[in-house]
Amino acid sequence: MKQLVIPDVSLGAVGPEIVLVVTAILLLLLEVFTARKEKGYLAYTALGGVLLASAMTANMNGYTEMNFSGMYVVDNFASFFKLVCLLGTGMTILVSVTYTINEGISNGEYYALLLFATSGMFFMISGSDMVTIFMGLEVMSISLYALAGYTRNREKSNEAALKYFVLGALASAFLLYGIALIYGATGSTKLAIIGDSLRTGIANYHLIIIGAALLVVGFGFKISAVPFHMWAPDVYQGAPAPVTAFMSSGPKAATFAAFLRVFNEALPSMQADWWQIFWILSVMTMTVGNIMALRQTDVKRMLAYSSIAHAGYILMGFTTGDWFGVSAILFYMLVYTFMNIGVFAVVTIVARKNEEKTTFEDYTGLGYKHPIIGVTLVVLLFSLIGIPPTAGFVGKFYIFMSALQQGYVWLVIIAVVNSVISVFYYLRLTIVMYMTEETTEALPSLSLSPSLVTALIISIYGSLWLGVMPSSYITFAQAASLIP
Amino acid sequence: MTGLKLIWIVPILPLLGAITNGLIGKLLSKRAVTFVALGSTGFSALFALFAFIELLSLDPSSRISESILFTWIESDKFIAEAGIQIDPLSGVFMLIVTGVGFLIHIYSVGYMGHEDGYSRYFAYLNLFMFSMLLLVLGNNFLIMFIGWEGVGLCSYLLIGYYYDKNSAVDAGKKAFVVNRIGDFGFILAIMWIFWTFGSIDYTSVFPVAHEVLPIGGFTVTGITLLLFIGATGKSAQIPLYTWLPDAMEGPTPVSALIHAATMVTAGVYMVARCNALFNIAPTSMIVVASIGAITALFAATMGLYQYDIKRVLAYSTVSQLGYMFLACGLGAYVAAVFHVITHAFFKACLFLGSGSVIHGLSGEQDMRQMGGLKKLMPLTHITFLISTLAIAGIPVFAGFFSKDEILLSAFFGETQGHLIYWALATTAAAVTSFYMFRLYYLTFSGVLRSTDQHVRDHVHESPPVMTAPLAILAGLAILGGLLGLPIIKDAHILKSFLAPVFSTRGAIEQPHPPMQIEFLLMAVSVGVAVIGIMVARYFYYTNPESAKKLAKKEGWIKIVYRTIQNKYYVDEIYDAIFVKPIFLASRDLLWRIFDMKVIDGLVNGIANFFYKLSQTIRKTQTGFVRNYAMIMVLGVVAVISVWFIVLGD
Repeated sequence: MKQLVIPDVSLGAVGPEIVLVVTAILLLLLEVFTARKEKGYLAYTALGGVLLASAMTANMNGYTEMNFSGMYVVDNFASFFKLVCLLGTGMTILVSVTYTINEGISNGEYYALLLFATSGMFFMISGSDMVTIFMGLEVMSISLYALAGYTRNREKSNEAALKYFVLGALASAFLLYGIALIYGATGSTKLAIIGDSLRTGIANYHLIIIGAALLVVGFGFKISAVPFHMWAPDVYQGAPAPVTAFMSSGPKAATFAAFLRVFNEALPSMQADWWQIFWILSVMTMTVGNIMALRQTDVKRMLAYSSIAHAGYILMGFTTGDWFGVSAILFYMLVYTFMNIGVFAVVTIVARKNEEKTTFEDYTGLGYKHPIIGVTLVVLLFSLIGIPPTAGFVGKFYIFMSALQQGYVWLVIIAVVNSVISVFYYLRLTIVMYMTEETTEALPSLSLSPSLVTALIISIYGSLWLGVMPSSYITFAQAASLIP
Repeated sequence: MTGLKLIWIVPILPLLGAITNGLIGKLLSKRAVTFVALGSTGFSALFALFAFIELLSLDPSSRISESILFTWIESDKFIAEAGIQIDPLSGVFMLIVTGVGFLIHIYSVGYMGHEDGYSRYFAYLNLFMFSMLLLVLGNNFLIMFIGWEGVGLCSYLLIGYYYDKNSAVDAGKKAFVVNRIGDFGFILAIMWIFWTFGSIDYTSVFPVAHEVLPIGGFTVTGITLLLFIGATGKSAQIPLYTWLPDAMEGPTPVSALIHAATMVTAGVYMVARCNALFNIAPTSMIVVASIGAITALFAATMGLYQYDIKRVLAYSTVSQLGYMFLACGLGAYVAAVFHVITHAFFKACLFLGSGSVIHGLSGEQDMRQMGGLKKLMPLTHITFLISTLAIAGIPVFAGFFSKDEILLSAFFGETQGHLIYWALATTAAAVTSFYMFRLYYLTFSGVLRSTDQHVRDHVHESPPVMTAPLAILAGLAILGGLLGLPIIKDAHILKSFLAPVFSTRGAIEQPHPPMQIEFLLMAVSVGVAVIGIMVARYFYYTNPESAKKLAKKEGWIKIVYRTIQNKYYVDEIYDAIFVKPIFLASRDLLWRIFDMKVIDGLVNGIANFFYKLSQTIRKTQTGFVRNYAMIMVLGVVAVISVWFIVLGD
C-alpha cells in the first residue's frame, strides 16, 4: 500500500493570500449587516486588507522559499509583482468608493470580488507549477467576468461580461490544453522538472512546441496581445470604469509574471525559438494597438487600445530572455499601474452617473473648468506618451534599452516609431480638453471625493517621482528579476 | 572652483519660479507673480554671469566642470546620471539663455500686462528657461534630451497660449507633432550611441569617438544623420520647418525668446556639441551644410511675400538658422556659435520691436496697415533700424561679422561644392536685406495706413519696461561683433575661447585666406546687402512719392507707374519685375506646391495613411463574439505554424 504523503505546508508563505481571502469573506458577511448608508465603510475594510497584505508581502522581500511540494514559490520576483497588483487593487478601491455609491451598486460583493481576483493573481505570480498557475488564473478571471458585468442595468456592461466570459473560457481551454500537452511531453506540470527534462532532451519536442504555442495564446489573451486582443476594446468600454482600471493593471501584471516564470523557468532552453514569436507578437501588438487608437471617439475605448499598445512595449522585454529585460518589464508594469489607474480615475470622474460621458467631446473645456483635474490628466497622458521627465519615459527608455542590448535594433526602431504615432491620440485628448468651444451643456461640477483625490495624488506621485528619481525602484526591480 | 560646482542653481531658480507661479500663481497678486518670475530669472542670470566670469578666470585647458547631482538610472549595464556640466560652449549658451531670457521677462511684464493668465504665462516662461538651461548644461545625452523635450513642451504650451483662437491651438499642435518626428531621430541616435559606446556621457563618448569609429563609417554617419533629424525638427530646417511660421500665433515675447533667440538654436548647439562625431562623418557634414544653405535661401525668398510682420521675421529666423547649420556643416562651429549669439541679440530685438509695434497698434500685425511709425514710436524705430542693419549684414553691426565669417568659410571651404554654398548664402544675404528693409520701410516710413480709427487714436510708444530691453538688445546688436573681429590676429575672442570644445580630429581645417581676398569678399557681401536695401528703398520709400509725379507723364512710363500709384500695385510690380523670377519658383512653385502640397502633404499623407489603415483594421472589430473567437483560433494556428517554420521542421 502506498503511503499517503502530506505535503509540507507553510501558512506563512501564503499569509497575504489568506489575509485577502479572509477580508473578502468578511466583506461578504459585513455586507449583510451593514446599513445602506454605511456601506461606504466597506471600501475601507477592503483597503485595510490590501494594506495588511502589502505589509506582509513587503516583509517577505529578499526571502526565497519553495512550498507545497514545489507548487508555490515565494521570491523577490513574486513579491515585486504582488506589490504591483496590490497597488493596482488599492488604487482601484480608492477610485471605486464614490463610483459604487453613485451607481448604487452593492458594495460588499464588489470589493470581495476585487480581493478574490487579487488572491488569484497571487497564485499566478507565485505558482511554480502549471496547475497552480492555471488555478490562480481561473480564480482571477471568474472574478473579473463578474466584475465586468457588475453594473447590471447597463446593457454595455452585460455585453462586456458575456463577451469576456465566452472568449476567456476559450483562451483558458487553450491554456489548459497547452499544459496538458507539455505534461504529456515531459510527464510533469512542475516548471523546474519541465525545464530539466527539456535540457536533458527526453521530452517530445513537437508536443512541447505545440504546448508552448498554446500557452502563448492563453497568456496572450489575458495581456491582450494581438491577435488575441479582440475582447479588450469591447470589454474595457463596457465594464465599469474602475473595473477597467483594475483589469488594465493587476491582472496584466500577474499574467506577465506567470508568463515570464513559465518561459524562463520551464522553457529557457527554447529561448532561441521563442524570442522570435515574441518579437512578432510585440510588433503586432504595439502597432495594431496604436493604429487602432487613432480613430477612436470613446476615451475608454481609446485607452483600451493604448493598453494593448503598452502590452506590446512590455513584450519587448520578453525577447531578450535575460534579467535586464525582465527587470525592465517589472519596472514598466509598476509605472504603468501608477499612470493608467490615474487616467481611469479621471475617466471615472468625468463619466459621472451611468457612465454617459466617455466620448472625446465630453472632455471639451475640461482643462479650464477643472484646471487641477486637467493638469493631472495632462501629466498622466504625457507619461503614457513617454515624455521626459515622466516615469513613462524612463519605463520606455529602459525597456527599449534592454531590447537594444540584445541587438534587436529593428524592434527598437519600430517601437520608437510606434511611440511617435501614439502622440497623436493622446495629444488629441489634451487638445480637446483645452478647447473652449462651449459644449452643448455646461459641465456640471465634478464630485471629487477624498478617496479619488488620494488615488490621483498617488498616480501623479508615481508618474513623476519614478521619472525623476527612478534609481531606487530600478534597483528594486533588478533585485526582483534574478530568476535563475 | 566652488562657484562652478554650484552651477545647478542656474537652472533650479527658474524651476522654482515656475513651480511657485504654476501652483499658487492665481492666488498671488500681479506684483508678486512678477516678482517671483523676474526674481528667479534675474538671480539665475546673475549667477550665470558670475559662473561665467569664474570660468574665464581658469586656465583655458581646464575650463570644464562637471557635477553629478544624483544617479538617475543605474544598472550594471547602464548608468545615467543627472549631471550638470559647464564648459565654454554651454557657458556661452547659458549666458544667452539667461541674459536674453531675463530681458524678455522684463519686456513681458509690459507686453502681457493686459492679458489674462498672467501667472500661467510666467510659469510657462520660467519652465522654458529651466528646460533650456538643462538642455545646454546637461553632461550627457539623456539630460539634453529631457531639456529638449521640455522646451518643446513649453513651446507647445506657449504657442497655444491664446487658446480661444483655434489657429493658435492648431499651431501648437503642429509644433508639437513636427517636433516629435524630429525627436524620434534624436532618441534613436542616443540609443545607437549607447549601443556603440556603452555610455551616453559626453566625456566617455566624444574623446574616444575617433578611435572607436572609422571616419565616414556607417555607424557614425547613421548616428549623426539621426541627430541631425532631431536638429531639423527643433531648429526648423527643411523639411521640418513648417511649424515655425505658424508658431507666431503665440505671444510676441515668446516668439522672441523661444522661436528666435534660444530654443530654435538648440539644434545648432546639439550639432556643435557633437562636433567630435560630425567631424568624422563627412557625408553627414555635406548633408548638414546643404540643408543649411538651401534653407537659408529658400526661407529668405518666402519672407518676401508675407504681409504679417511676425511671419516675415519667422521666415527670416528659419533662414538665419540655415546659415548656422551651413557653418556647422563646413566645420566652422565657431562661426555657427558666433552667429547664434549675434542672431540672439538682433532677432530678439526685432521680435520685441515688432511686438512693440503690434502693442502700439492695438494688435495689428498686417504691414499694409502700418507705416509712419518713425515719428510715433521713435525708440522702437531706432532699435529696430539697428537690428535690421545688423541682420542685413552692414558693417559695424554684429550680424555683419558673424555672417561674413560663415560666407568666408564657405568660399574657402574644403567641402565639395563649397562655392555653391557660398553663392546660395550670398544670394540669401541679398534677399534678406531686401525683405528686411521692405519690412522696415512698410512699417516705419511714410504715413500710417490703418483706417481703423481706434488704432489711429491709440498709437503710442511702448512703456519703458518694454523699450529698455529693446535698447539693451540694440546695443548688443551693435557691440556683439567685437566678440569675433576678423583679420586682426587674435582679435577673435570667441574662437580662442571655444577652441577647447571643438575636436580637431578629422575636423575640417578652417581657412586662413589672404587678407586682400578676405576684404574683397567682405566688399561683395556688403555690396549685395546694400543693393538689397537700395531696391527695397526704391520700391517702398522713394517710389510711393515719385510714383505720383511719374504717373502724370505720358507714354509707357505712365502705364507702368499708374499701377504703382496704388500701394497694393507696388507688390504686383515688384512681383513682375523683381521678384517674379524667384517668386514663380518660391511662391507658386515652392511655397504653394512644395510647402503646402509636398511637406504638408507628406505629413498629412502619413497621418492619413495611418487613419486609413486604422479604418481598415477597424473592420475586423465587428463586435461579434464569433468573429473574435475565429480570429483567436486563426491566431493559434498562426503561432503554431510560425513556430514550426522558425524551427524549420
